[in-house]
Amino acid sequence: MPSHPESAVERSGAAQVAIQFDNAGQQRVAANMGMWVFLSTEVMFFGGLFLSYLVYRHMHLNSFIAGSNDLNFWIGTINTMVLLCSSFTMALAVRSAQVGKNRALVLLLSLTLVLGLVFLGLKFFEYWQHYEAHHIPGPGFVFDFPHLHHLASERGVELFMFLYFVMTGLHALHMLVGVSLITWLIIQARKRAFTPAWHNPVENIGLYWHFVDIVWIYLYPMLYLIDLSKK
Amino acid sequence: MSTATAPQPQSNYLNEESSLRSWLLTTDHKRIAILYTLSITFFFLLGGIFALLIRIELLSPNGMWVSDETYNKLFSMHGIIMVWFFLVPSIPTTLGNFLIPLMIGAKDVAFPKLNLLSWYLFMAGGIFTVYAIIAGGVDTGWTFYTPLSTGYVNGHVITAATGIFIAGFGTILTGLNFIVTIHRMRAPGMTWSRLPLFIWSNYATSIILVLATPVLAITLLLVAVERFAHVGIFDPALGGDPVLFQHLFWFYSHPAVYIMILPGMGVVSELISAFSKKRVFGYGYVAASSIAIAVFGFLVWAHHMFVAGISVYAAMVFSLLSYMVSVPSAIKVFNWTATLYKGAIAYKTPLFYAIGFIGLFTWGGMTGLFLASLGMDVHVHDTYFVIAHFHYIMVGGMVMAYLGGLHYWWPKISGRMYPEAWGRIAALIIFVGFNLTFFPQFILGYLGMPRRYHTYPPQFQFWHVLSSAGASILGIGYLLPLCYLLWSIKHGEVAGPNPWGSTGLEWRTSSPPPTHNFNKLPVVTWEAYDYSSVPKNREEAPYA
Repeated sequence: MPSHPESAVERSGAAQVAIQFDNAGQQRVAANMGMWVFLSTEVMFFGGLFLSYLVYRHMHLNSFIAGSNDLNFWIGTINTMVLLCSSFTMALAVRSAQVGKNRALVLLLSLTLVLGLVFLGLKFFEYWQHYEAHHIPGPGFVFDFPHLHHLASERGVELFMFLYFVMTGLHALHMLVGVSLITWLIIQARKRAFTPAWHNPVENIGLYWHFVDIVWIYLYPMLYLIDLSKK
Repeated sequence: MSTATAPQPQSNYLNEESSLRSWLLTTDHKRIAILYTLSITFFFLLGGIFALLIRIELLSPNGMWVSDETYNKLFSMHGIIMVWFFLVPSIPTTLGNFLIPLMIGAKDVAFPKLNLLSWYLFMAGGIFTVYAIIAGGVDTGWTFYTPLSTGYVNGHVITAATGIFIAGFGTILTGLNFIVTIHRMRAPGMTWSRLPLFIWSNYATSIILVLATPVLAITLLLVAVERFAHVGIFDPALGGDPVLFQHLFWFYSHPAVYIMILPGMGVVSELISAFSKKRVFGYGYVAASSIAIAVFGFLVWAHHMFVAGISVYAAMVFSLLSYMVSVPSAIKVFNWTATLYKGAIAYKTPLFYAIGFIGLFTWGGMTGLFLASLGMDVHVHDTYFVIAHFHYIMVGGMVMAYLGGLHYWWPKISGRMYPEAWGRIAALIIFVGFNLTFFPQFILGYLGMPRRYHTYPPQFQFWHVLSSAGASILGIGYLLPLCYLLWSIKHGEVAGPNPWGSTGLEWRTSSPPPTHNFNKLPVVTWEAYDYSSVPKNREEAPYA
């Protein structure tokens, strides 16, 4: 986290250059590159799960369809829309920071925050439904999936639900981190911390937010849309 | 501050502040390197104690001292501590942290606070793992193979895995910091083709750290969840696939082998050049071979699984790719040798280690080719041949390079020279002790001694006793530098800015360097290893 002097008067671009950098331009490209390298780590982190998903979907296809068709299609779809909208408002927020429109920045970040919270709310409602139905993998798991029941196996469906919880759970964890970071951005933006010359945190947290969004763009069809014709 | 005429002692990174707080909250890459050095020395001693107990136990064929369960815990904890808490962080976090900003002419790494966070994550992971040891240990082997680790053992698997998981994020952040630092923080004139080879090898290492470590993290997370919630992602009885675990694990752990050797190769390139006073022969090829090793390293993981039931066609492809890794490695060995040829060679301690590295790494690498060939691997799989092979790379290679680098840069780090005679004696003791420890293990493995057993047929005892005897010599060899380097901090001869007459930017500032490395912005106008650019007066530090 960059350090923040208390006085708003000091918040010119030059005041924000850390000691190890020669100028604000070098600091900006370094911070930006750091975020991209971090995202490449994140891609590999989720990559291990995507590989596991591919292997087990191949091994237990009918069970995966059974598990998929039992998920709440409408919540998944609405959540996809919500996240896409939040990426749009985030992109506009970054633009506002670049051109120095601080009121628009605060407004758009707040919209992004609200959309992120809506996503998380719907997600936890969905988890609660799974909990009520005893579809949490583990000793209490109940195998009563209505679709393709004759072709699916209990172990296969349990694996699907396991991957569903780990993948969406890690995604939700990333959303929680993102929501916290955006809250921090809003507080800073209200203090007029960001200028067209220096708004690295807005750009980098924006990148992070888009990444988390893209992960969901893959998760949605992989988990909710395997084969709706069997529903 | 101007130091050109100032009398000793001048202000430097060591004496500017001395409180404990100033060390624990430091963001200076040099101080963080010292913190890491102390930490990994502790873990090296801890892992060494486990190795010592293993060798004592193997003196007799019947397993006289510890139970088989304790023995399993000993080799597991030896592996876990040595791999994740010594070898992986060893050179990057110590010499790498200290030298990368100095070598490229930067004031610090790109993200100094993140650098400190890395150390705290490393220590938090270490504390979890040490707790797992104290609470009763882990007996899965360092590989955590499933379903053994998830369903059958009673050890503290989740705690140890958590420790590795947390420490893993520390090394990811170190890699991230190095990549951005090398890209964005180079001094004017320090182009990519002028970078010291140590930088190239750490850059290649960082790429692996950033791209491979997260796969280990997610794999260990799945193991922990499977063990905790009894859901079978890797357990065949619960619908999972244990071979998938092996794929995921080795997708990290084979590239991790290159995390453990590439920085050592970078150190050796520096040492060979400095003590033959020649530009490294084929600079461009040596630099590119580091990147090639990092890339190929990602494509060979299944050679650990030739007997795990993978398809024969996959095995053939992985065998071929494993052979290909030897090409960039051989390029390095040939180029180092060619650098030494007709050089102005000074037989100092660091060169002893560098030459030891070349010999032992070559043996380790050549026996790696035995293991990459399908038929031979079936014969020696999971035997002491494998143990000997990777110890030749890890201990004969990486630890030699680490010690060589530590001696070479010691005057820069501490401002004092180490005692040269003691240094040479220790290097020779380590070389002899190492070979006596591990060469017999090649023979044992070829004869059929499996790894991870604490009893064995009596006809193997001769070789085991040789190996244990060698280990005691090796142990003394490692204790010597610990003693005389600590002694030299107070009593060693005061070192000038450039005691070896080397070319790097780190030798053109004072010893020890000031807090922000250079008091005058360096501008690089010379190629790497251009000895004609070095000031004739070794007491001169142009950028201090």
